[in-house]
Parts: sequence; structure tokens; C-alpha cells
Amino acid sequence: MTPQLMQGNEACAEGALAAGCRFFAGYPITPATEIAEIMARRLPQVGGKFIQMEDEIASMAAILGASVGGTKAMTATSGPGFSLMQENIGYGAMAEIPCVIVNVQRTGPSTGLPTQPAQGDVMQARWGTHGDHPIIALCPSTVPEAFGLTIRAFNLAEKYRTPVILLMDAMIAHLRERVDLPPSDSIETWNRAPTEVPPEWYKAYENEPRDVPPLAPFGDGYRYHITGLFHDEHGYPTERLDEIQPWIRRVFGKIERGHSDIIDCETDSYLDKAEVIVIAYGATTRSARRAVGLARAQGTRVSLLNLRTIWPFPEEQVERAAERLHCVIVPEMNLGQLALEVERVVGRRKVVRINRADGQMIDPDEILKAIERRGLDRGYR
Amino acid sequence: MSIGRAIRHPESRVHERYLRHSKKFPNVWCAGCGNGIVLGAIIRAIDDMQIDKNEVAMISGIGCSGRLPVYVDLNTMHTTHGRALAFATGLKMVRPWMKILVVMGDGDALAIGGNHFIHAARRNVGLTAIVINNQVYGMTGGQYSPTTPAGAFATTAPYGHIEQPFPITELARAAGAAYVARSTIYHVRELQRFVAQAVSKNGFSVVEAVSYCHTTFGRQNKLGRATDMMRYIQDNSVTLEEAAQMPEQERQAKIVRGVLVDRDIPEYTQWYDQVIARAQAEVNERGSR
Repeated sequence: MTPQLMQGNEACAEGALAAGCRFFAGYPITPATEIAEIMARRLPQVGGKFIQMEDEIASMAAILGASVGGTKAMTATSGPGFSLMQENIGYGAMAEIPCVIVNVQRTGPSTGLPTQPAQGDVMQARWGTHGDHPIIALCPSTVPEAFGLTIRAFNLAEKYRTPVILLMDAMIAHLRERVDLPPSDSIETWNRAPTEVPPEWYKAYENEPRDVPPLAPFGDGYRYHITGLFHDEHGYPTERLDEIQPWIRRVFGKIERGHSDIIDCETDSYLDKAEVIVIAYGATTRSARRAVGLARAQGTRVSLLNLRTIWPFPEEQVERAAERLHCVIVPEMNLGQLALEVERVVGRRKVVRINRADGQMIDPDEILKAIERRGLDRGYR
Repeated sequence: MSIGRAIRHPESRVHERYLRHSKKFPNVWCAGCGNGIVLGAIIRAIDDMQIDKNEVAMISGIGCSGRLPVYVDLNTMHTTHGRALAFATGLKMVRPWMKILVVMGDGDALAIGGNHFIHAARRNVGLTAIVINNQVYGMTGGQYSPTTPAGAFATTAPYGHIEQPFPITELARAAGAAYVARSTIYHVRELQRFVAQAVSKNGFSVVEAVSYCHTTFGRQNKLGRATDMMRYIQDNSVTLEEAAQMPEQERQAKIVRGVLVDRDIPEYTQWYDQVIARAQAEVNERGSR
């Protein structure tokens, strides 16, 4: 363990390198630029490659191209760039190409407040590209988590052959905290499954027997087709229902069946005796943690559920945590996005939302007050 | 990297070795379309060069041209509209030994993909861009494209087009491409030769293949059938040498064929190797101190 003082963006870049990322394509945007700057310096040191593309559309395309070449690849951006990337994120989901997209959220819409933190891209991370598609999104609430979750993002991308979004925010990205870097040989990294059959038998989109068929790198002798059209097991375009439907079942199924592996929530030992629970993610978890600590010191039985995975939504974990309780507090730096999911799972009447989307952090006092009221005066703000 | 190297049987024909016969044939193109001619020129060029098929990738965007790669037994990728060059840039950077052909239409390469086109040229990434110029959006039914001539009719220009067309080759030259050539689907042997030269070029190369769309552009502009449009190309194209003898006004009306740019400038991925060497030398220096 080497203790270091690190910025969130730096921890993210170092996490990517530790995970085996060897290609980065990006476009400058505050508050994510440091990731590109660090990657530009660090990648060539380890034999990797960095490129600053002409825009975020191209950056997203380039990382998909690099990943098809067999290299772990990442891009990093903020809201305006994330909007531009949506088209090719959909391509990645459709063509099942592993990659990591870091979105350091700032206040939007449009140019918004450059660059105050926000959590306004929660729903965009889930539904930003057109059409139904599987997606994974992780949210770090500390600088060490930014390091660890970036590694995890790569592992999940490789394991499930899908784009993974690391949904940071400007607060965590620019925060400096102590990070105890683990020795590199103790870091668990996952590489995409190797092809096990000769080229003539290879099917890049085989539905059976596995959910996640191996993706052969271009250039290794497995000549096949990749497309954004619906495709058969070989990757050739199809409009046949008997080829489309198994694909849909497999691609959504691989994420669904992986829930217990993908979903990562941090809870505490107070959960069993809690009267109130705060469900938070990202920067807001920090305010929530402070508020929960203060409330406990006053004798309130309150617990915190920190969602490190937000997509797929941790339904079971939220349901289990909240089932006995009458009050679930969901603070978010938006006007109520993940609260919609919590409400879907636990019922609207239990949920107290605390929202702001003006670029300011949610004050722990505000959460503390909500805890003290235990939802008795709940209502929409 | 030698698995599946294309074995040359003198008696077997090129299409038998390069097309995915059992797959998605017949193709999607209209009878009389130039896309198949361009595809033929590309695979014959690859065959002549005797490159290992495993080391060739063909990447496309969206439109009628976007469907080219699916038919070819190479590493093929049909990407999003206009973005093919950006996907190809990522692939080229991590697999620099691969020969990557990027097939695009005029709308794909120059409208929605115009930014990627000029920047790929500026960086001089070792890719070969083949732009099939039929002067119209064919797949969507005949809307004006960035190469539609002023005065022409299109479904979105029902009163006549009022924009100037993009000169593809001049754009590529100005943006920094290492090799730029233009030929047509009538001059198929020449087109094949230019494709081979472009693929061999160490740097960003562009081949404009002048084609037509009789189904949409031809119909709306009363230019006759596919054969009539082919004849127009035959009658109205001149070589660079012929063009040089012509008065300016006459030349303007012609399709000028030939190699327009061929220059040696540092290729991006090779230049990047120097970045890696510099970065690693710096690390080693620091380590030894």
C-alpha cells in the first residue's frame, strides 16, 4: 500500500492504467480534462496510445475501433460531450464492444454551469442512446472509489462485453484525498474471453451456450462482420425474428443474470435496526454520510445505502433495505432522477426527495433535518 | 498472422476468394449501381497486392456504400453515419500493421462525416478512404448531398439546388492527405490501380470514385438509364494530361482523372511510436537517476 494524495480524475486515470487500459481517445472538456492530460502523459510510458480527437463523437468511435482491435479503451468527458457520444454508445451496446466512458457530470442542460458539480446525467446514462439497450453505470463517492470503480468498470466491460459508464461528478473529480494504491499484482483485472474455436467455426454473436461470446480482435485471423444493424450470430444484418429475438434475450439476459456480480452497494451494520434510511450515490453520499453520522450521535437510528452501481438499478438491495421502513431519503444533485427508481421499487409514499440542480452540494444539514422529521412532513420540493 | 492467408489459384476468380458467398447475397443495390464496380476494383486491388486477408479491414458508415463490407471476406465493420474514419483511426492506432480501407459515400464522408474526414487527413493516419461520389443521398431516396451540383434537382431541392458542391480531392489535398486520386466506375482498371496505390501509400490516402445514382438522381434530373449515365461519365472524363491542354472553362465541365497528390509526410501511427520512445526514455532516465 502506497499512500498518495490524489485528485479524483487522477485516481480514475491511474485506475484505468491499472486495469490494463492502453488506449484513450478524448476531447478537452472541464471538469474531465485532467483525465485526458494524465493519459496523454502516462499511456505512452506503458506502451499505450493516446489521441485527442476532433470531437466527442469521434472519441467514442475511436475507442470502439481500438477495442475491436483487442485493446482496452476509454474516453472521458462531461455532459455536453456525453450527449455527443450517445450515438456510438448505442453502437457499442448493439455490437457488444467493451469500453469505458467516464462522464464527469457538471450542471446542465447545455453548457450549464461550467463547471459546478451535478448528478443530472443519471437518466441519460441509462437511456441516452436511442432504443432499448443494456448498460452498466458506476458512481464513485470518494477518490479511492474513483480508482477502484474505474478498474471495476473495465472488468465489467470485458466480462460482459458491453460499454460501461463511470458516472463521476465534478466534486469527486476535483477533490483530493488519500488513496492507498494497492500493489499492482494484487489488483484483480479481467480480460475478455479468448476465442476457443478455429476461425471457420467462430461466431462473434453466438447465442448458445454462453451469454457472452468471445470477441476476436480484428487482425488475428477471425474475419467476421460487425454492424449496428440487428444481426445474426455471425454478425450479418438480419430482419428475421427468429434471429433478432434470441439476440435480444441474450444481450439483456447477460446483464440481468449478472446482477449479483455487477451490483455493488455499500451498507452498514445499522441497517437492521434503522428507522430511516438514506439512499445516495456519488458526491451526495458524502453529505449523506455526514448527516447520518450526526443523526446517530443524537441517537437516531438511521442507515446509509451507498449505491456504487446505479445501472442496472440495485432493485433487490433497495427493496431489502427499505421494506420495513416508512421513510427513505434520496438526496440527489438533480431534480429527482434516481428517486424515480427508488419510488418504483419501494413505493412513492415512502420516499423523501432532497434535490438541487443549481451547482451546489446538498448540505448535510438539509439531509439531517429530513432524517429528524422522518418523513412526517414529506412532500415534493 | 498467417492463418487463412488467401491462397491464389490462378484458375479461380477473384470474387470466389473474396466474397462471402453463402451470406447476404443478393446484394441490396439497385441493378446498374456503381457500388458493385467499386467493390470489384477494391478486391482485385487487394488480390493483386497479395496482402493477407487477415490483415485487411474494411470499415464503412451508413448509406448504400455502407453495405459494401458485409459482402467481403475481410475484417469488416459497418459503423454509424459519417463516423467510419473515427472508428478506423482507433483500430489503426492499436493495429498499425493492418491495411484499413474506409468506404464512404459523398454524404457520409463530407456532410455528417466532414469533420472526421478533414482531421483524419490532417493527422495523416495510415488509412485509405474510398469515397464513392454519386452526388446524392441514394438510400434515403434522392436528397441533395454536399456534392450535388448547383441547379440539379433533388427531393429536397424541388426548385433546383442552390449550393456549390464540395471538391473532394481539393479538400483532401488542403487538409493534408498524403495521396489523392480520382477515377470513375467506367475506368475500372484505373480505379483498381489507384486503390492499390492508395493502400500501399504510407499515410492517409483518398480515392474518389465518381459514380452515379440512376434510381434517384438520374430519375429526378432526367439523365436516362444507368447505361446513359455511365456513358456520360465515359464521354465527360479526361486524364490530367488531357485536362492540362484544355481551356479552363472546358476543363471545369470535365471529370478529371488521375493522381492529384502523392507526397511523403510522416504517418501518424509511426510518428506516435516516437512519442512512446520519448515517454519511455524519460521514465528510464528518471529510474536510473
